[in-house]
Amino acid sequence: MSQLFVDASKAALARELAGRIADDVQATIDRHTTVAIERTVLRLFGIEGAGSGGAPLVNLIVDRLQAAGVLKRGAAWWLGRALRAGEGDLLSVLDRLLHPGNAAALSPSEDAELRDEMRREARAAVDELRAQVRRRNRLKSSLKAGAFEGSPLRYVIVATGNIHDDIDQARAAAEQGADIIAVIRSTAQSLLDYVPLGLTTEGFGGTFATQENFRAMREALDETSVRLGRYVHLTNYSSGLCMPEIAYMAAAERLDMLLNDAMYGILFRDINMRRTFCDQHFSRRICALADIVINTGEDNYITTADADEAAHTVIASQLVNEAFALRAGMKVERIGFGHSFEIDPAREDTLLRELAMAMMVRELHPRSPIKYMPPTKHKDGDIFFAHVYDAMSHLVAVTTGQHIQLLGMMTEALHTPFLQDRHAAIKAAGYVHKAARHLGSEISFRPDGIVAGRQREVFDKALALLEETARDGMVAAIGRARFGDVARTETGGKGLSGVVERAPDYFNPFLELLEAEG
Amino acid sequence: MQIIRPYGDRRDDGLVQLAFTLPVSAGPRAKEAAVQIVKSMGFRSVHVASMEAAGRGFSTFVAYGRGDFALDFDKVDAPVVQAPKHGFDELNAIVKRDLGRRIVVVGACIGSDAHTTGIDAIFNMKGYAGDYGLERYPSFRAVNLGAQVEPPALVAKAAELEADAVLVSQIVTQRDIHKENARALVQAVEAAGLRGRLLLVFGGPRIDHRLALELGFDAGFGAGTKPSEVANYLYYRVMEKAGKTPQQAD
Repeated sequence: MSQLFVDASKAALARELAGRIADDVQATIDRHTTVAIERTVLRLFGIEGAGSGGAPLVNLIVDRLQAAGVLKRGAAWWLGRALRAGEGDLLSVLDRLLHPGNAAALSPSEDAELRDEMRREARAAVDELRAQVRRRNRLKSSLKAGAFEGSPLRYVIVATGNIHDDIDQARAAAEQGADIIAVIRSTAQSLLDYVPLGLTTEGFGGTFATQENFRAMREALDETSVRLGRYVHLTNYSSGLCMPEIAYMAAAERLDMLLNDAMYGILFRDINMRRTFCDQHFSRRICALADIVINTGEDNYITTADADEAAHTVIASQLVNEAFALRAGMKVERIGFGHSFEIDPAREDTLLRELAMAMMVRELHPRSPIKYMPPTKHKDGDIFFAHVYDAMSHLVAVTTGQHIQLLGMMTEALHTPFLQDRHAAIKAAGYVHKAARHLGSEISFRPDGIVAGRQREVFDKALALLEETARDGMVAAIGRARFGDVARTETGGKGLSGVVERAPDYFNPFLELLEAEG
Repeated sequence: MQIIRPYGDRRDDGLVQLAFTLPVSAGPRAKEAAVQIVKSMGFRSVHVASMEAAGRGFSTFVAYGRGDFALDFDKVDAPVVQAPKHGFDELNAIVKRDLGRRIVVVGACIGSDAHTTGIDAIFNMKGYAGDYGLERYPSFRAVNLGAQVEPPALVAKAAELEADAVLVSQIVTQRDIHKENARALVQAVEAAGLRGRLLLVFGGPRIDHRLALELGFDAGFGAGTKPSEVANYLYYRVMEKAGKTPQQAD
């Protein structure tokens, strides 16, 4: 069985500290909005498509509101105001309203009427999203999931740059046994402050995340799932400067999971802290609404820092990520905590150390779908060694009951996966998962052994880090490079100009609705 | 003269192992197609060891073939980066003594590439595989601009810091985007009038010295390069440019 050798009282204290850390940041989140959140509000109201220059309409609207200094009241209010101003092209009506001297103000009763009207619209939009969620869940519950009860879900990536090729490769992977398809995004999309439009065929190292691409891939996987009698999940990236917009698109197009981390963008994409904290909150509100499983990104910490030395940062960050997610109304059953099999293979007893870590993550979050990542950092092009190395991670995954397992590719560090690389990975994982199916329930580790000692050592360090962070605040901790060996400042990074302090009369009917649900 | 052929199980048997995918469903015709493809590469005694269905409309193969090719190893020339190998403390001491100033290097992932693993391995204090990064060398001023830096911005920074060298890393190589980015950097250097003054160093898992030279760089470093190799190379070339004789390692 998966075993935890950490004192329950220490685990409880760590959770309490993580809660205090998140509360401190939450106060800032609750006072601000961002251009991405307001664009998401407009998308939720059904605003889509592009303006005459090709830019997304939601960007054109929000940029106008921000330039006029009125975004602080919320895009929902301005959309309602424009709709009341009468017929015509939305942008022209807004331009008229925002023109100096053209008073957009309303009497208190008109203002209240506007808000009630937009609240009704918001409820209708949320109901529509819920219908999509039900549609997805119906299909899912009518099919089996995974190779067998208790088998890790086999997660593979496609990354051709062309959505049509992606679909071919995703179908082929599903037919070979993949349970989850992740479409890797084109490099640099995380730094775009807009979401591209349409079906796309020109990405680098991945394919642009667009609503149309989401739809096309999900439709292809629906068809494949029904044919195979096994549900094939779809995931993408709710990260970068458009976190909440991607979350909305994923909800609307029935995606099952999203990479979504409260701190990843800050650390690894140098996106501003305030921006990321605000955006992750609203994006997770949408994930909670849409029953989307989020995958957190702690595995990244141990690709930049040393996996053995930095193991405690993974544990601490998972608890902080959990605290943020709970504050966005997410259930623990939808939080896929990320970690990985990444200790330098040149060392001794890495299998025991990886088992210790995998069991600890599993048992600290017993109701959550843990996401296990493969080794990447120490792969160097020796594909034959890499294949064996990956097999060790399959063994740990099935033995410790990891829920989602991203299958390593033997050609990691060489190129985006070939179809045959994925085939080899799925076949090997199938073999190891089946061969070791009940291994975990047959073995137990000595309470005075290497595994138990390693868990206690890592957890004590995690607790110390959480104590320091709770005392000095998250901003200071990130400033000291406590997570992922990367230091960031509160006013540094990209996207700070898109953060706006809410006015007292800020209006966001979706946030009202979703917050009311808990 | 030293004639060599691929070595499978016996000298000069010429055996080669291949793995590939064909976009057709597995079956007798697919297997025959695989044989013909390997033959068309110039192999004989072709043996398709395995054919596996990889989803509808795809099959993957492992095949063996015997090749008649042979070459004279004495005539094989591979450009390599020439540099002495001084240890960390020694290099710091000789830079100070021989050059009398710090070597200034600016690095970045250029273009759309967001993968900083490579440039970080060379720059970060901690370094890579137990080998300290350039930031740790007191004899170097190493500035890592990180991911997604446009070539003109990198060159402007190099000019501002009066850098000796620019180091760029490219991980994403889909449809040769890395070459496009590399050429853009060379153009930016030329536009700034720094061609010849600034050492251009290219790195990444799919990069080698020959490719770097072809693209107009001074040196290229591939997978597994340690920061000390780059540091020593820079010392050697900066000394040359200063008209001084670099100290050879023991």
